[in-house]
Amino acid sequence: MTRLLQLRAMWRSSRPAILLFPLLSGCNGPQSALQPAGIEAERVAALFWWMTGGGILIWLVVMGLFIYATHIRRHKEHSVRRTRWLILGGGIIFPTVVLAALLVYGLILMAQLRDFSGTTLKIAVSGEQWWWRVRYAREDGSMVELANEIRLPVGERVAFELSSPDVIHAFWIPSLGGKVDMIPGRTTQMILEPTKPGTYLGACAEYCGSAHALMKFDVVVMEKAAFAEWLERQAAPAKPPQDATAQQGLQAFLANGCGACHSVRGTEARGQVGPDLTHAGSRLSLGAGTLPTNAETFSRWIGHTDQLKPDVRMPAFGMLPADQLAAMARYLSELE
Amino acid sequence: MTDSVQDNRAEITAGQEARLTRIWNSPPGWRYWSAVNNTEVGRWYTVVTFAFFLFAVVLALLMRTQLAVPENDFLSAQTYNQVMTMHGSVMMFLFAVPIFEAFSILILPQMLGARDLPFPRLSAYGFWCFLIGGVFVCGSLFFGVAPAGGWFMYPPLTTAYQDGLGSDIWLLGLSFIEIASIAAAVELIVGVLKTRPPGMRINLMPLYAWYILVVGGMILFAFPPLIAGDLLFELERAFDWPFFDSTRGGDPLLWQHLFWIFGHPEVYIIFLPAIALVAMIVPTAAQRPIVGYGWIVLAAVGTGFLSFGLWVHHMFTTGMPAISLAFFSAASEAVAIPTGVQIFCFLATILAGRFAPSVPMLFVSGALAIFILGGLTGVMVAIAPFDFQAHDSYFIVAHLHYVLIGGMLFPVAAGIYYFYPMVVGKQLSERLGRIVFWVMFIGFNIAFLPMHFTGLLGMPRRVYTYAAGIGFDTLNLVSSIGAFIFASGLALLFYDTLRPRRNQPYSPRNPWNAGTLEWLGEMPAKSWGVRSIPLIKSRYPLWDQPNLMRDVDEGRCYLPDAEEGKRETLITSTIDARPAQCLRVPNSTFKSFWAAVFTGGLFIFATYAWYTVALISAALAFVTILIWLWTDTAVIPEKPNKDIGLGVSVPLYASGSASVGWWAMFITMVADMTAFASLVFGYFFFWTVHTDFPPNPAPGPGLFWPVLSAALVLAAWGLTLLARRYNRQDRAHGFYLALTLAILFTLGGTLALLAGPYLSDLEPTSNVYPATVWVLVVWGTLHLALGLVMQVYCLARRLAGRMTAEHDIDMQNVGLYWHFLAITVAVTAAVIGGFPEVA
Repeated sequence: MTRLLQLRAMWRSSRPAILLFPLLSGCNGPQSALQPAGIEAERVAALFWWMTGGGILIWLVVMGLFIYATHIRRHKEHSVRRTRWLILGGGIIFPTVVLAALLVYGLILMAQLRDFSGTTLKIAVSGEQWWWRVRYAREDGSMVELANEIRLPVGERVAFELSSPDVIHAFWIPSLGGKVDMIPGRTTQMILEPTKPGTYLGACAEYCGSAHALMKFDVVVMEKAAFAEWLERQAAPAKPPQDATAQQGLQAFLANGCGACHSVRGTEARGQVGPDLTHAGSRLSLGAGTLPTNAETFSRWIGHTDQLKPDVRMPAFGMLPADQLAAMARYLSELE
Repeated sequence: MTDSVQDNRAEITAGQEARLTRIWNSPPGWRYWSAVNNTEVGRWYTVVTFAFFLFAVVLALLMRTQLAVPENDFLSAQTYNQVMTMHGSVMMFLFAVPIFEAFSILILPQMLGARDLPFPRLSAYGFWCFLIGGVFVCGSLFFGVAPAGGWFMYPPLTTAYQDGLGSDIWLLGLSFIEIASIAAAVELIVGVLKTRPPGMRINLMPLYAWYILVVGGMILFAFPPLIAGDLLFELERAFDWPFFDSTRGGDPLLWQHLFWIFGHPEVYIIFLPAIALVAMIVPTAAQRPIVGYGWIVLAAVGTGFLSFGLWVHHMFTTGMPAISLAFFSAASEAVAIPTGVQIFCFLATILAGRFAPSVPMLFVSGALAIFILGGLTGVMVAIAPFDFQAHDSYFIVAHLHYVLIGGMLFPVAAGIYYFYPMVVGKQLSERLGRIVFWVMFIGFNIAFLPMHFTGLLGMPRRVYTYAAGIGFDTLNLVSSIGAFIFASGLALLFYDTLRPRRNQPYSPRNPWNAGTLEWLGEMPAKSWGVRSIPLIKSRYPLWDQPNLMRDVDEGRCYLPDAEEGKRETLITSTIDARPAQCLRVPNSTFKSFWAAVFTGGLFIFATYAWYTVALISAALAFVTILIWLWTDTAVIPEKPNKDIGLGVSVPLYASGSASVGWWAMFITMVADMTAFASLVFGYFFFWTVHTDFPPNPAPGPGLFWPVLSAALVLAAWGLTLLARRYNRQDRAHGFYLALTLAILFTLGGTLALLAGPYLSDLEPTSNVYPATVWVLVVWGTLHLALGLVMQVYCLARRLAGRMTAEHDIDMQNVGLYWHFLAITVAVTAAVIGGFPEVA
């Protein structure tokens, strides 16, 4: 008996170490569901660890029984009656009890996570091959459109309205919570409540064609005041070009027809097909999480779009003279 | 005196064996490929299935090479996506499901002491369809036009956003193979129900047969929804009927429902036959009967049932109402219970017996270790909130490979080691077997265990590349290394099974000392299977019935001879297995091959939209099948009864529910009705998602034409049944008159059915409502056309003297088809004509 207790104590003290063993490489990462920064992700991560612990225990017991039967006492013929009790206990009673408990917990948790009431901020996100159109509803009813970046105020319940004009995508920020599909012809909803300021990554989780792997976005969780300030800046029209090169860049942008697809609020570019670029320079990444944002990457992106993102809609403008390309890149990277 | 009796006996035996050999041996030379016997077809089927498996393994290695390091450019995005799609599709459609059919065609008759399955040409037809379709689908990869929509082919990506023929190749190529799967299911179900040896009551069947029965039944209800989905999908691809196009009222989720109503049971269609292999290996290893036979049967049936209530757990993230999620979450958890029961029954058997270690059991233990882990992660993802995170991430990749490799590949490997001597006559190397096991087991876990964490660290599935430095790098590299170790284990397995073993002596008979009938055969196996068919009194006759092997060998049991030079096997009653009929099964023929070639032509040419050639090919397939039916089905025997030995005489001809053909028709029509029900489901699915479906007022087809059509078809049905009765009563004039009238009414009913949507100008490309009406009408029309051909066929059979009052299999089966046809048309009329009136 004491030995059993000792064993139990040993197990209790060492369980976390056993569980953490595969994680020596770390659960850390800007896209990790195991390093949660939102209510849903926290709950689910805890659920995961509990289920994993329980699962390992069950696995060890069953495999232990199997090894006992095939190696330790393989010549002993146990009575059939007793083995029938094993079938009843291990195959029916135990799983029924455990699964019922787990199911009830899961259903309660789901009801909490899918409670769409009490939100303070509403963001409409549209998944499009292969980028994200993001629209914030402001208190005055106006909408602010940006792309491939989502900023959230910490501690607030945010409602997302998800849709797609082309194929099915799925909106997923692992650090904050689970995913919901974006289905043409439908609008789906989800709620996220970030708890820790920081920078995270989101990704499309539903296979959506050639560049599915490159349909990512940045998520920044900010303090409330900083968030409000940021949204105010995003609502403003684009900064006019600051010098001659940037001016030349804007000219090139308009002359080459970029405005047919892209909008830069405050200029003649009012296209609705591609991402809004009004504050493109302020974003953390370019090409839906493909490249960091600076003048050099803008130039690479515009010149070699198809090489950076397979089958992308935007044609590559590699034929433009180098100076025009550089000027355009400079202009865009300064749109903060 | 005794000597001369013995000499005499030996002489008789030698004569019997010579006759059996002459009739059962496959033809020599190139005509070998006309064989239809289950041992030949089963062997080809198994080899081809493993060839496709190897192909898919190579695709997996290409993917793991690409993903070994971040931002790799080993494969382009387009190539990777094709490789990813083909890996899943080939593994599922060309390996995991067909391997069970291949194995079963090979070993099931042996387990039942039958000489062959009841429809050898159907097996051969299924095999050739499978080969042609599989090569066509796989071959597309070498031309860079393979499907790239994922093995689940979600529209609208695959309907409208991908150029090229990829989606069509997937749809038509794999539909073709799904038909082969249904053919195999019909064959195996009838095989289990009707070709058991005398005395093997249904509760004495080997567990393998029970599993096949359950899985066959599942195929009948699981594959038809996918075939219906494929039909809608291809109509959208080829003719722009907007079933999945949300701009014209369609809904991409309809495909997801139809796909997963198929897709989830499919997991169990893959898993249960593999467990069936385990259920044969474990009692042998424990040297005692299974503990909990009844529990296992109930658990298998329960798993089969529950598996149809789980499909929505593949759609947890589509934004469904919480109540649906709760229901499907509960059902998904519940299926763990019957699965657990089966595992504990195996454990109990080993505990209760004296366990003898062997290579097959090593693979079984590996299978348990892997599968249980996969089952536990399955319990985890069935909890919806956890699934919201895990869904479509590498966690699922890990989960499904633990389930499928633990639940299917390792048991299949165990089955290979276990059954190899039965099929080839020689044993595989024990030493090499252990090495193969450990390399595979270790490699597998190195490859897939880390993926659980890769997924939870946020890596989505189906990505051709990933960024460096966000936690994915090391885990992916480890997975890739593991994949290559795993693959080298498989290579070793293939080497051992395929290497020539000319100098190796034959295995002793019944090398594992098993208790079931398949081990009755000699080493090497004889073409005729068992020497004579024994009377069975136990679940493990080789253990429990003394002298069984000797009696069988000496021809002291049933059907020891082939006096008339015909291939024969014994048919017994469905529940009690009393001898009911001596079934003459067809000998080698190329007709199945040509029928498959032309059927293949229909699907392959349709892929390229060469519709004229496709229709010619379809006509040729149709004619070939008609010739096949006409020449040697329902052949009138030269005498009514045959003495099968031991003083038992059974009829050579049986019709109605006593005939195997009637059962096959019934089973096929159950599958057909399921496909029809899936189309009707589509209609009501749109009714639930749209407020204006059907539109009010409906633009067509009105009430008149559908009702008229139903009335005419019901009259034709009645007349067909009347013709059946007149034929039985040998009233020839009444028969011809009733059937001719029935044909005319069928024609009228068909035209009336088409008139409804046609005269009301329903344009199927305009909106989903007309398209849905039209697809039901087209379905009904095709079935009516087939019903018409059957009526004409019966007329011709009687005229040609190939059908008489007593020998009326054709008429009986056509009558059965017409029951289902009457339901189909009546329901169609009620839905398209009646429902808009009341909705």
